[in-house]
Amino acid sequence: MNAIWIAIFGAVCFVMGYRFYSKFIAERIYRLDPDFQTPAHAYQDGVDYVPTNKWILWGHHFTSVAGAAPIVGPAIAIYWGWLPAILWVVLGTVFAAGVHDFGAVVLSNRHKGHSIGTLANKLIGQRAKLLFLFIILILVLMINAVFAWVIAKLFITFPASVLSVFIQIPLAVWIGYRVYRHSGSMLLPSVIALAVMYGAALLASEVPFLQIDLVSWFGGGDTAVAGGFDATSMAFLVWIVVLMAYVYIASTLPVWKLLQPRDYINSHQLVVGLALLYLGLLVGAPEMTAPSVNGETDVSWYPLLFITIACGAISGFHGLVASGTTSKQLDKETDARFIGYGGALGEGMLAMIAIIAVGTLFASSADFTATYSSFSAAGSSGLGSFVKGAGQLAGNLGIPEHMGSTLVAVIVVSFAATTLDTAVRLMRYIIAELGNEYGMPVIARKHVATSIAVITSAALVILPEGPNGFGSGGYLLWPLFGTSNQLLAGITLMLVSVWLKRQGRPVVFTLVPMLFLLVMTLWAMAQQVIFTWSGFGDADRNLLLFTFGSLIMVFTLWILLEASRSFRQDPTAVQESLSSDDTR
Amino acid sequence: MTRADDERAASANWRTRIKRLIEGYDAVLSLQHRREIVRELQDEEDLFMLLCFCDMMGIPNPVGDMTLELYPYMLDRFHEWHKRQGMPRSPLDGFRCC
Repeated sequence: MNAIWIAIFGAVCFVMGYRFYSKFIAERIYRLDPDFQTPAHAYQDGVDYVPTNKWILWGHHFTSVAGAAPIVGPAIAIYWGWLPAILWVVLGTVFAAGVHDFGAVVLSNRHKGHSIGTLANKLIGQRAKLLFLFIILILVLMINAVFAWVIAKLFITFPASVLSVFIQIPLAVWIGYRVYRHSGSMLLPSVIALAVMYGAALLASEVPFLQIDLVSWFGGGDTAVAGGFDATSMAFLVWIVVLMAYVYIASTLPVWKLLQPRDYINSHQLVVGLALLYLGLLVGAPEMTAPSVNGETDVSWYPLLFITIACGAISGFHGLVASGTTSKQLDKETDARFIGYGGALGEGMLAMIAIIAVGTLFASSADFTATYSSFSAAGSSGLGSFVKGAGQLAGNLGIPEHMGSTLVAVIVVSFAATTLDTAVRLMRYIIAELGNEYGMPVIARKHVATSIAVITSAALVILPEGPNGFGSGGYLLWPLFGTSNQLLAGITLMLVSVWLKRQGRPVVFTLVPMLFLLVMTLWAMAQQVIFTWSGFGDADRNLLLFTFGSLIMVFTLWILLEASRSFRQDPTAVQESLSSDDTR
Repeated sequence: MTRADDERAASANWRTRIKRLIEGYDAVLSLQHRREIVRELQDEEDLFMLLCFCDMMGIPNPVGDMTLELYPYMLDRFHEWHKRQGMPRSPLDGFRCC
């Protein structure tokens, strides 16, 4: 089948979802009121609470939520064939992610722009706050480990991308100082920075001397280097150490020095990447060579598909952004539909092109099956396949494939690096908050909290051993990342459902996605924890994954119990606690 | 209107549209950055205000000790300044230059 038809199918579903389903949710369920005074107007302070044009806010929301995750998940999940992956992305986006992101904006908007964590505390109490903190802690820990692995893997597979990624750091610092000290727009300097980066990437892909290929520097492939490490393992170790040193510095610097200008440059990259891939798809009109349904799988798609693709179908992280910043800038309550639901659709478009890029890469179905020979092979090679497939799509625009792949590798690494340093910073805050909560102020200190965050993340990324030895098992953490993300989405949907119930409105449209997510998460984790990671039968025991998987299972059950308790609670008591915050 | 006028108007119209598009794009990307810069500047402003007025709130001013050694260097300049301003005597208790 021609890939354009798949893109058209997805786009039509998204348009219909927005036109009809989100309209129904907005009018009948959330009951948006154009006259409601939003927190942006009620508490306008010129910093956090600022009424913002809906197009600008949508763009900001979308660039904040889109990253490497909606690329990595679909690139792995295509293992079961492109059809289940596309269906989950499209249906998940329309019926779950859209309602979730939209609901998070509305719920927060109705409660002074409070974040989901604060609302959980108010609605359920101190237990919910701690549950929320622990789930976020696990999520950011997984993000750190997974994305550090992603970056190290891409640096080793595409060494031409390294120079460009490292050039971005001084360029971002330069832009940060320039704008902070002398004000002015970032647009021109960031376009110059992007041109320098892409120039360096294209040059490095042509000139081997500029490729920082640690594996060949260490003697290549299986050459023994030191301490029992071969060249690939040593290269991996070096990159992890370099990355962790970098995130330590990046997450302790003031945000305007490095993080913000880097985010700005990366937002251009999101636009460039999406334009490059969709234009390449339209011009090249490639055929899907991957099977629509892969009949030769070693692991069933049900229920693993629903946690392998989290971002791109539904992601709890969006709720954090929607309630943390977006809701405070809403000009009119009716804009929430366009921004929340529309932001989820943008993420769905990114996931869809990731599936198409991998699905059109291979010469034949047999080639696909050879690369995606097992679920663990899919985890290990999915991202590399996406980069090559995207390079091939870009090739339809006249860009040589190896150059296109280098550019895409730079884009994906940039997304992953931004996510990584933001997550380390977030983890530092959570550790500090837990330190204060439990009377240990010493771990609340900036450098102590950051050290704990960086060391635990580094340990987690290097501990799981994959089939290719040290450092090759980071992808094993991906299902754990997916489940923790879905748990967070489950909490948000639960809070929205409780709020709707107290308002006397139908809850089925938020409760069903919530139950679906939690049941799939619980099922997937039970399957992995009990039958795989515990060492049951012939399976190899993996204590690390077993521990984290068990923890996530406990948290899922906890959420289900809290949800059930909240629904049985005296409606008037909860209504009072909520209405005290209601800005109306 | 001539055809040339029409073309000029259409061209100006396009230029305006492109300019607005670029401004909108910049606004999207700089929304977060602007917020962080404002917050950082507010933090600096708060610290500055605290240092200026902490004595009024009963908090000893830590900067006072560090700037004491600047006193001899500033005395002459301060004396010239208050005379220039038409004040024959020092207006500040802390600066007894004359």
